[in-house]
Amino acid sequence: MKKTIAGTEVDVNEEGYLTDASQWNEAIAAAIATEEGIGALTDAHMKVVRYLREQQAKGAALTIRSMGKSGVVTTKELYDLFPGGPLKKSSKIAGIPKPVGCI
Amino acid sequence: MSTPDDKQPVKKISIIVSKGSLDGIYPALIMANGARMEGIEASLFFTFFGLNALANKTLDHLKVSTVGNAALNMAMPMLGLPITMPFPTVMGAIPGVSAFATHLMNKEMEKLDIPPVREFLELISDSGGKIFACKLAMDMFKLKKEDLMDRVDDVLTVGQFYEESAGAGTHILFT
Repeated sequence: MKKTIAGTEVDVNEEGYLTDASQWNEAIAAAIATEEGIGALTDAHMKVVRYLREQQAKGAALTIRSMGKSGVVTTKELYDLFPGGPLKKSSKIAGIPKPVGCI
Repeated sequence: MSTPDDKQPVKKISIIVSKGSLDGIYPALIMANGARMEGIEASLFFTFFGLNALANKTLDHLKVSTVGNAALNMAMPMLGLPITMPFPTVMGAIPGVSAFATHLMNKEMEKLDIPPVREFLELISDSGGKIFACKLAMDMFKLKKEDLMDRVDDVLTVGQFYEESAGAGTHILFT
């Protein structure tokens, strides 16, 4: 389905995740972050978001464990930055699909 | 996932872990970590043999139970054998068989990015999950708080555990 986020029409699934990562931009990230209750995105948020996009582009499976070991962010920081669902919310903001793993 | 108005979301889970084998511990760790990932509060209460997963001397060496485990046929595909192939209980008692089954299981779990027990407990603790040990079981097995891994938040009585679990939307699970 189509949705207009931050003035741009993008394709999203029924949960609001972008289905085409190439339609993403930082204004969209900011708008989704507000919608998800994360608030204004800081450099620390954006570091995670960019890392997620890089990993997704490489086809890597994203897990909370691999994030904690990435050197980009610790597990604690990730939970602090994206309260209420660290990997789910950061992925949504990064414009990549919802992670399917259980770890 | 969307939450229709008539469904109350799970707000917190309290998992009581009473078994100390590798296969007894992991489901609880996975469910607790998964809860935190969904923004659900999680606490783990280790009692009886579950303390095997918290004692510093034992937690890095947990084994798959190969005796009295009638579903061990499930692990046969790890050896390239059919899932329907029974595993004779008497074989499970042979020295080294449990260690071998554990090795196989650990290897498969690593492939799925499931951490070893100590790292998993650290991950849950870092994510804000709480780790508790049962006081009565500690007394029974002659364990002291300093014998347990450093991420244990507290040693609780049963009553304190229920107090800790208070609140609408809490689910208590026993494994």
